[in-house]
Amino acid sequence: MSDFATLSDITGEPDGWPETYGEDAKPRMGFFTDTSICIGCKACEVACKEWNVVPEDGLVWTGDSYDNTSTLGANTWRHVAFVEQRKPLREDDRDDAIRWLMSSDVCKHCTHAACLDVCPTGALFRTEYGTVVVQEDVCNGCGYCVPACPFGVLDKRHLPRTEPSPDLLPIFGRKEDGRVWKCTLCYDRLKGGHEPACARACPTASIQFGEVDELRERADRRLEKLQAQGWNGAQLYGRDPDDGVGGFGAFFLLLDEPERYSLPPDPVVTTKFLPAMWRNTALAAAGVVAGGLLAFIGGRS
Amino acid sequence: MGSNMAENHPVGFQWVLEARERGAEVIHVDPRFTRTSAMATRWVQIRAGSDIAFLGGVINHILTNDLYFEEYVKHYTNAPVIIDERFQDTEDLDGLFSGWDPQKGEYDQTSWQYAGMEVHGAAGQRESGLKTKGEQSGHGGHGAGLRHGEPPEEDETLQHPHCVFQLLKKHYSRYTPEFVAETCGCSVEDFLRVADALARNSGRERTSAFCYAVGWTQHTVGVQYIRAAAVIQQLLGNMGRPGGGIVALRGHASIQGSTDIPTLYNILPGYLPMPHTEYYGDFDNFVQANISPTGWWGHFKSYWVSLMKAYFGTHATEENDWLFAQLPRIDDDNSAYWTTMQMLDGKVKGYILAGENPAVGNSNSKAHRLAFAKLDWLVVRDLVEVESAAFWYDSPEIESGELETEQIGTEVFFLPASAHTEKDGSFTNTQRLLQWHSQATEPKGDCRSDLWFYFHLGRMIKQKLAGSMERRDILIRALRWDYPTHGHVQEPDAEAILQEISGWDETSGEFLDGYPKLKDDGSTVCGCWIYCGVFKDGVNQAARKKPHWEQSYIAPEWAWAWPANRRVLYNRASADPDGKPWSERKKLVWWDAQERKWTGLDVPDFEETKPPDYVPPDGAKAEDAIAGDHPFIMQADGRSWLFVPQGLEDGPLPTHYEPHESPFDNPLYSQRSNPARQTFERPENAYAPVDGEPGAEVYPYVGTTYRLTEHHTAGGMTRTVPYLSELQPAMFVEVDPELAEREGLVHGGWATVYSPRAAIEARVLVTDRIKPLVVEGRKTHQIGLPYHWGTRGLTTGGSANDLIGLALDPNVHIMESKALSVGIRAGRRPRGEALPRFVAEMRKRAGQGT
Amino acid sequence: MKDRSITAVGTHMQSYYGRPVIKEPVWQPEIPFYFFVGGLAGASSVLHVGARLAGNERLARTSLFVGAAADLASPALLISDLGRPERFLNMFRVFKVTSPMSVGSWVLLLSGGASSTAAALELLGRMPRVKAAAEVVAGFFGPPLATYTGTLLADTAVPVWHEGRHELPWLFGASASASAGAAAALFTDVGSAGPARRLALAGAAGELGLMEAMKRRLGFVGEVYDQGVAGKLARASTLCTAAGSALLATGGRRSRAAAVAGGALVLAGGLALRWSVFRAGFQSARDPRYTVIPQRERKAARRGEPRPASGSS
Ligand SMILES: Nc1nc2c(c(=O)[nH]1)N[C@H]1C(S)=C(S)[C@@H](COP(=O)(O)OP(=O)(O)OC[C@H]3O[C@@H](n4cnc5c(=O)[nH]c(N)nc54)[C@H](O)[C@@H]3O)O[C@H]1N2
Ligand SMILES: Nc1nc2c(c(=O)[nH]1)N[C@H]1C(S)=C(S)[C@@H](COP(=O)(O)OP(=O)(O)OC[C@H]3O[C@@H](n4cnc5c(=O)[nH]c(N)nc54)[C@H](O)[C@@H]3O)O[C@H]1N2
Ligand code: SF4
Ligand code: SF4
Ligand code: SF4
Ligand code: SF4
Ligand code: SF4
Ligand SMILES: [Mo]
Repeated sequence: MSDFATLSDITGEPDGWPETYGEDAKPRMGFFTDTSICIGCKACEVACKEWNVVPEDGLVWTGDSYDNTSTLGANTWRHVAFVEQRKPLREDDRDDAIRWLMSSDVCKHCTHAACLDVCPTGALFRTEYGTVVVQEDVCNGCGYCVPACPFGVLDKRHLPRTEPSPDLLPIFGRKEDGRVWKCTLCYDRLKGGHEPACARACPTASIQFGEVDELRERADRRLEKLQAQGWNGAQLYGRDPDDGVGGFGAFFLLLDEPERYSLPPDPVVTTKFLPAMWRNTALAAAGVVAGGLLAFIGGRS
Repeated sequence: MGSNMAENHPVGFQWVLEARERGAEVIHVDPRFTRTSAMATRWVQIRAGSDIAFLGGVINHILTNDLYFEEYVKHYTNAPVIIDERFQDTEDLDGLFSGWDPQKGEYDQTSWQYAGMEVHGAAGQRESGLKTKGEQSGHGGHGAGLRHGEPPEEDETLQHPHCVFQLLKKHYSRYTPEFVAETCGCSVEDFLRVADALARNSGRERTSAFCYAVGWTQHTVGVQYIRAAAVIQQLLGNMGRPGGGIVALRGHASIQGSTDIPTLYNILPGYLPMPHTEYYGDFDNFVQANISPTGWWGHFKSYWVSLMKAYFGTHATEENDWLFAQLPRIDDDNSAYWTTMQMLDGKVKGYILAGENPAVGNSNSKAHRLAFAKLDWLVVRDLVEVESAAFWYDSPEIESGELETEQIGTEVFFLPASAHTEKDGSFTNTQRLLQWHSQATEPKGDCRSDLWFYFHLGRMIKQKLAGSMERRDILIRALRWDYPTHGHVQEPDAEAILQEISGWDETSGEFLDGYPKLKDDGSTVCGCWIYCGVFKDGVNQAARKKPHWEQSYIAPEWAWAWPANRRVLYNRASADPDGKPWSERKKLVWWDAQERKWTGLDVPDFEETKPPDYVPPDGAKAEDAIAGDHPFIMQADGRSWLFVPQGLEDGPLPTHYEPHESPFDNPLYSQRSNPARQTFERPENAYAPVDGEPGAEVYPYVGTTYRLTEHHTAGGMTRTVPYLSELQPAMFVEVDPELAEREGLVHGGWATVYSPRAAIEARVLVTDRIKPLVVEGRKTHQIGLPYHWGTRGLTTGGSANDLIGLALDPNVHIMESKALSVGIRAGRRPRGEALPRFVAEMRKRAGQGT
Repeated sequence: MKDRSITAVGTHMQSYYGRPVIKEPVWQPEIPFYFFVGGLAGASSVLHVGARLAGNERLARTSLFVGAAADLASPALLISDLGRPERFLNMFRVFKVTSPMSVGSWVLLLSGGASSTAAALELLGRMPRVKAAAEVVAGFFGPPLATYTGTLLADTAVPVWHEGRHELPWLFGASASASAGAAAALFTDVGSAGPARRLALAGAAGELGLMEAMKRRLGFVGEVYDQGVAGKLARASTLCTAAGSALLATGGRRSRAAAVAGGALVLAGGLALRWSVFRAGFQSARDPRYTVIPQRERKAARRGEPRPASGSS
């Protein structure tokens, strides 16, 4: 299968999955995070760090409501956003009411993952569960996936390296870890037949783990219910298989526009245009050749 | 109300959300908009310290609109009972009940009695009038006994001017919706919405529950807050029924257990009273004083004797009065705060802190640190070196020079403790559920369990005193102290101790299956009568973990509940007087006419074969004196008490009093605060001037303290953990935008909060979640203070408790940490010795001595 | 701080406390330098081949050595960015056409390897046939080396880069040609440097024109090229390139000095251009408006709604 096969049509299944796994392919697993029942306890953040031995992310008080981890990154794979609003939670509420939105963000495990597409080393790969995982022993810290992710999920770990490994050329050797890290959808736990640590810890089932197809149906039913009850701004985000990234493996029910939660309103996998870009690049290269040769018309001086 | 369940009991809160999803209305009444409010279907903001006004308003609403559950009220509560004609209400005496003694500063409760008889409250009632009996009537477990078996005088029509029902009406007649709005700062509409919702959602078909925690208890009228809810729940018929009740969301994992098998000075396991000096040597007299001829407390002696057998085994005999004469006596208030005050006066030599960090966690923590400096020795058993162990070299007083390490004579011993994951044991939770947990990992280094510590400490002391002939050593020598140990550290076997608590029959050697089996002849051993049966059939019942989807929704096979694995207390009230469920929807236990016994989903909280129409014969004793349609079997009269004739220090009916420190006057009475509240007038514990007094404007705002999900209480377990510290890495105050404007506070900047006791600094969080309120026509601002921070750990910061003065509830000696008067100004606090100078300066401005 | 206040957030902010939606790139300064030298190397190998065909030995030699030097500098810069040499080897675990960086690494390996081999043999004067082959290989892989870096940037979620995907490869290509010409003109006697000068001028013209065109099309997303560091660098780049090509055009024929000065300026312009584009990406990623507003408008357009008010903070 050519790498371009699905780039031209970015809806449907992830590139190369499940067929590349043949027998070993598993149903696609993911999350439905229902923020309407998130109590902002951050158990998911802590459970993730405990299980995956993610380092502390700095003791910075931000004043951004109760959010002091601020954003997803190399050292925060689950992040709970807090948004305080002068707006009633439901239409039937008093109009001077306030509400406090809480939402636990995570890697979206995109159907078409820019990070995975652009990774030059193959460190990022698609697991048999259809999830997107970084192989820490392969990642060389090139950093390409970082700006490639439409959601700003990945980041480089700037903390000192842990495993001691001699530098081939000491002059160049940086002491920091320098690799990128993100949610693995608890690949190791999945292999062991367990649900991810964050979902396990969530006391309210705001984080629901399961087969993506089944979760999508659940989400539709939930949205209907909330809309019937008149919840302001209730909407599904990333559930739709024909959005810009072919739908998320980990999608959400939000109570306001995505950007209020620091999420892009209309994300598109950057490699969607890559075929065209390559053609363009080749033409430009030809241009360079042309320029270089034309320059000789008109003699030596 | 008075609970922030989503933040402080998040795992339990999942069921509240479950209920919300099924259409239940979830109401949160709180001074702040919290993570609980965010999940509730309705949030009502009130001023901290004004709940009795609110709840009293609900009571008045129910009574004036006849919304009460008539049949329930008439049969199951003491509404019809006629009260002694000498009784006078606060409405008659401008804020005082009859019997107030200004000299002693306490009530003589005789005029509150049922007409023509002396009702006899909890065990230990003879001691009434002595400050020692707080928790004896404070923590569940027990009720009262009548001197003699006759039922009290009643008026079934509820019309008699001195019947409880009419007294109730009169007492709350002025708690109108307008009064509530004025006093609490909420709107009339919001109040009525709540009152109606409660009434609408009660009756035969439906029930409502109150969840409270320390937002209610930590007031000088804390106990009366809960009483007010109890009155509502009785009027609406929500007690002893599924989905009803008053749910106390308790604190530390086994804080319930620590009152059942108490860490308190004045009660013994199962709420048996600690003998007082006035019973020196006289066992029968003691029993007579505490036994109540009717109700389950009629078996007081069996509970007592079985406990003594557990303590002293063969050494306790009929002949030696089960060693009663040798037992230590209490002669005064020995509660924690009182003891700290004694410490400040140098009257306490040594102190053991096991799992407590008062240098941060206790109110007026500064006074505590100063007090520790006066000790000869201090032992701290904790997971980490907490502030209380480090006060002598790391504390605000060391920084300010008020204490100097060189000058402190206290010898501090820090003994590392092992955590719950490192030992076997049980937690007793909010629902009286004993849940067993097993050791997951070995303790590190020198860390040892508390069990290990006390067992080996006792063992060594016994060794040292083995030969002693001293009278005071007799008990130590008599102690049964033969618990099996295992492992290289000789850890005592926790199950062996649970067995002793559950009890066995000495003659047959069989484990007991419940407290009715206890005997007063020394043939049974039981370490805590209410826990009797937790080791029934030699099985650790607390270790049962059958999931709820494999059994009824009552889940009787998950762990074990005291008493008798009963999940809902007084559940006979879930059936009508004839023993039929009030409704199919709400059935729990009922009378099976064929089988002629009580049955149902839960263990009936009633004698199995006592028919609904049972009428006690004259002179009946103990439980036999309780009629078949009186479900509240722990009460002498089998009824629940709308009006409490005995057992409370501060009145038979909840009354709105202002907090000890409050910028407002009591709109009802010239008696502004709880007259019986306990205060400590001393320089370390100065109080702010209250409304009307000069200088009140120096501390113009209502401060209230609380918790955050991300930290635990005094922080020893969380400020030391990176994954939690990063989630709330700094002490902050929550203020409303208007107050910020007015005081020049910048969001994200620093503020200094001060009281007459101290000043602390914190980051400023400006938020709409704590709006200003209009109270008694005046706009007031509240300042929210989390209390988790101290000088140690990964994240450090000002301790809210430095600000709080000690003013206590008279019944349980709990401090008023939920409402205090404070001032605030922009910027960081003064450093070094400038800090105490600043505090003194403010007090001067408030016209208080330097 | 003020507009961070909860009240503000509750009421008017469209973003999450003004935080970026996507991550800023994590690349070090080595990268823009690499874009420059890589481009120089790629275009030089073309000039070299051209000169060989035209029999302009002087020019051929200089552009060969310039290219080889630049080709040798490139991996060094990349390794330094990765922090640890062995990590560069991972680039060659796989070949992924979906990853411009993977493709680019292979291109660099081939063109770099070839041009340095050619240069070495040129110096030693050995194995002419091998050398000729190497020159052809270098000539073939040079041009993509000069242009792929534009696509490398375009294939990210950074608005100012992604939306500039049509121009970037051309812009970098033109700039690379300008640099190659300028460098050659710098080291070759005026007599043999005619083609180099013409290439430099043509490249410079393309560079200036394409930059302007790109900014126009980017619209509000492109404003970062007028702001902050990126803005300064962009202006510097235009100035140097314009001034340099002016010098080459007027004096470059006669005076070696003018050729040297002009060449240096055009090179500086090319370097500043790479830096400007590089910094613009950071600025574009940092401000959530550039990510959110175009996407909101796209969404609205799809739904056939009226354009929502942009310019929120
Ligand atoms: N995450 C976490 N969980 C905990 C703890 C912890 O420290 N952290 N501590 C545990 C312990 S020891 C306990 S006791 C419980 C306590 O649990 P809670 O009682 O829920 O704890 P608080 O946050 O102190 O107070 C609850 C609420 O009371 C409100 N409040 C203050 N004054 C008043 C008032 O006058 N009236 C009313 N109606 N509300 C008022 C506060 O705004 C606060 O939202 O939590 C337990 N659970
Ligand atoms: N202002 C204000 N003050 C308050 C409150 C408030 O709401 N506002 N709440 C009050 C309430 S409800 C409470 S419960 C108190 C809590 O106040 P404290 O009990 O003083 O505070 P904790 O941090 O819970 O202290 C428990 C300590 O026990 C240690 N520990 C944990 N496990 C073990 C063990 O197995 N063995 C031993 N030996 N130690 C162990 C922990 O490390 C911790 O340091 O704070 C009270 N103070
Ligand atoms: S969200 Fe970002 S990191 Fe996660 S899969 Fe999609 S592109 Fe990759
Ligand atoms: S940083 Fe690691 S994971 Fe990301 S693209 Fe480079 S090699 Fe792949
Ligand atoms: S799935 Fe695993 S790795 Fe991903 S956020 Fe949850 S806990 Fe962390
Ligand atoms: S654990 Fe669940 S409820 Fe708690 S913050 Fe995470 S998602 Fe929300
Ligand atoms: S800490 Fe323990 S007790 Fe408290 S909510 Fe969590 S699980 Fe329940
Ligand atoms: Mo507590």
